[in-house]
Amino acid sequence: MVSLKKDKFIVAGRNFKSRLIVGTGKYKSMSQCAKAVKLSGASIVTVAVRRVNITDKKKALLMDYIDPKKITYLPNTAGCFNSKDALRTLRLAREIGGWKLVKLEVLGDKKNLFPEMIETLKSTEVLSKEGFKVMVYCNDDPLMAKRLENAGACAIMPLAAPIGSGLGIQNQTNIKIIRKQTKLPLIIDAGLGQASDATIAMELGCDGVLVNTAIAKATKPFDMALAFKNAVIAGRQSYLSGRIQKNLMGSASSPSRGII
Amino acid sequence: MMKKIKKIKIKINGSFKLVKYNTNLSDLLKTLKIPLKKVAIELNQEIIDKKKLNKQLLRNNDKIEIVHFIGGG
Repeated sequence: MVSLKKDKFIVAGRNFKSRLIVGTGKYKSMSQCAKAVKLSGASIVTVAVRRVNITDKKKALLMDYIDPKKITYLPNTAGCFNSKDALRTLRLAREIGGWKLVKLEVLGDKKNLFPEMIETLKSTEVLSKEGFKVMVYCNDDPLMAKRLENAGACAIMPLAAPIGSGLGIQNQTNIKIIRKQTKLPLIIDAGLGQASDATIAMELGCDGVLVNTAIAKATKPFDMALAFKNAVIAGRQSYLSGRIQKNLMGSASSPSRGII
Repeated sequence: MMKKIKKIKIKINGSFKLVKYNTNLSDLLKTLKIPLKKVAIELNQEIIDKKKLNKQLLRNNDKIEIVHFIGGG
C-alpha cells in the first residue's frame, strides 16, 4: 500500500507535514484567515512585508493569530516589480526574525501579474549567495526553470495561470517537462481555482501547491480550505499509485467467461 | 523664559514627525510602542541591527521604515 507517512516533503533540508502551502492575504479578517489556515492543515504560510501602522496600534497583528513557531512563515516579495525592491524586502524579512527560507516573486506586469523572469533570475543569484533559501515563483518555462535551479533556487514554483485568476493549470505539458528535468521541489504557485486543480497538479508529479485566492475568496473559505487539503492528499496518493495507461477503446471490467 | 528644546524633523513610514534633538532609535521605538521582536527597521535604506538601536542617534531628515509581516499571497 502506498503509505503517505513515509512520503516526505522536504524543502531546503526541512521536512514539512503538509504539501499544501497557503497564502494569508485577501481574507475578511485575521481570525477568518487563521481558521482557514488551520483547516487547510498547511505547515507553511506565505506572508507579506509591509509598513507597521504607527498611528493605529490596536490593529491586529498577523503573528497574534498565526504562531510562527507552529507554522512556518514564508516571507514573500509580492508587489515587487524589480530586483532591488525584492532584495530589500527579503533582507528586511530576514531581519524580523531570522527567516532564511523565502519566496521570491518579482512581477513584470500589473495586469497579468506574470513574473519578470530576468529580474527574478538576477535576484535568485544574489539571494542564494547571501545564504537565503529561495523558493522562486516563475513562469512555466522549462528553460528558465533550469536557469533558476543553476542559480541556486531551493524550489521551483511555476504558475498555473495568472495570480488570483482561478483558471487552473494552463500548460500541463510544460509542468510535466519541468517535473522530469528537476529533482528540486516543484510547487504550483498561483492561478488555481478549485480543489480539483490541486489534485491535477499533484497527479502531474508536483511536490506541492500554493493557494491563496481560491480559498480566501471562496463563498465558504473554511470548507474550501478543507477541500484543498483533501485534494492535495488525494492527488499525491494517486500519483504514487501509478495510474493506468490511457486507451482509445474500452476494456470491460467484468470477465466474459461464464456469461449466460 | 524657558529654553526652547531643539527638535529635528524625521520621516517614519512616510509621515513626518518632530522629535527631540539627541533622540536615538531605541528611544523613538519605545515612544511609539513598537514590538521589537515583530519588526525590522531601516534607517535611510540601511537595515539597523536591533541590538544596536540605542547607538543610532537620529539626525534631521532621517528616513525610518518599520516593517512587519501581514497577510499576503
